[in-house]
Amino acid sequence: MVAAVPTAEAQQLDRAFHALADGSRRAMVARLARGPASVSELAAPLDMSLPSVLQHLDVLQRSGLVRSEKVGRVRTCRLESGPMRTVEHWIAEHRGAWERRLDRLGDVLDDAFPNDEGDRSR
Amino acid sequence: MSIRQHDFTLERRFRQTPEQAFQAFADPALKQRWFGVPDGWADAEWSLDFRVGGGELSAGRDRGGTHHLFRSRFHDIVDGERIVFAYDLLLDDRLVSVSLTTVQLRPDDGGGTHLIFTEHGAFLDGLEDPAEREHGTGLLLDGLEAFFAGEVPE
Repeated sequence: MVAAVPTAEAQQLDRAFHALADGSRRAMVARLARGPASVSELAAPLDMSLPSVLQHLDVLQRSGLVRSEKVGRVRTCRLESGPMRTVEHWIAEHRGAWERRLDRLGDVLDDAFPNDEGDRSR
Repeated sequence: MSIRQHDFTLERRFRQTPEQAFQAFADPALKQRWFGVPDGWADAEWSLDFRVGGGELSAGRDRGGTHHLFRSRFHDIVDGERIVFAYDLLLDDRLVSVSLTTVQLRPDDGGGTHLIFTEHGAFLDGLEDPAEREHGTGLLLDGLEAFFAGEVPE
């Protein structure tokens, strides 16, 4: 069973997937998955102008995946936990954890008791 | 302060008998294989005392640094048929939910097992606390890291 996704969350997902549909932005997210980075650190491995980098950063920030703050003259970017923050997400994750455990239980049973005949339709 | 109630039921069918499915709950070696602490988590702790009044403990620190603790108490055990337990979930030592769970194992027509897992959960306002956000961050980062692993050269 799949939990119903509220409209606001659907829009959030649309923006997130749009943001991740571009290779340069994926490279920026991959860099930020390792830890916060300044704009120039983000730009360094990319073969593009600073304005282009800032444009991509803007798309990532509007998607809710990335946030940035300016301290002095340095703008530091980091991955944002916002899309995961709601109680609904927590509950869906909680239920999902049990779904995965019961799937693993089925695998363990097949491994521990492999010779039993029978129907395993779900 | 707030409490969010949430109930859900999961069902599975296994080709093994209810007695065999029950063993996967009762035998620590089997239980750990599907309920142990996830691979890659630090400070892993796990123990099982499978009897009424006994409990299970599963704890560890995820890749985002958040400490997770599951601790349960068995209230009713009927061999091969039924397990009733209650459990707490704590994130970074904050209680975020308390749940009452029943697992029913019924023989199905094909000689296998029909498992019915039902949980009544109370999700407390620890969810609004930073620990929950950390938890969310950990999950998101784990997912992104796994997703991007190998795609972008270091």
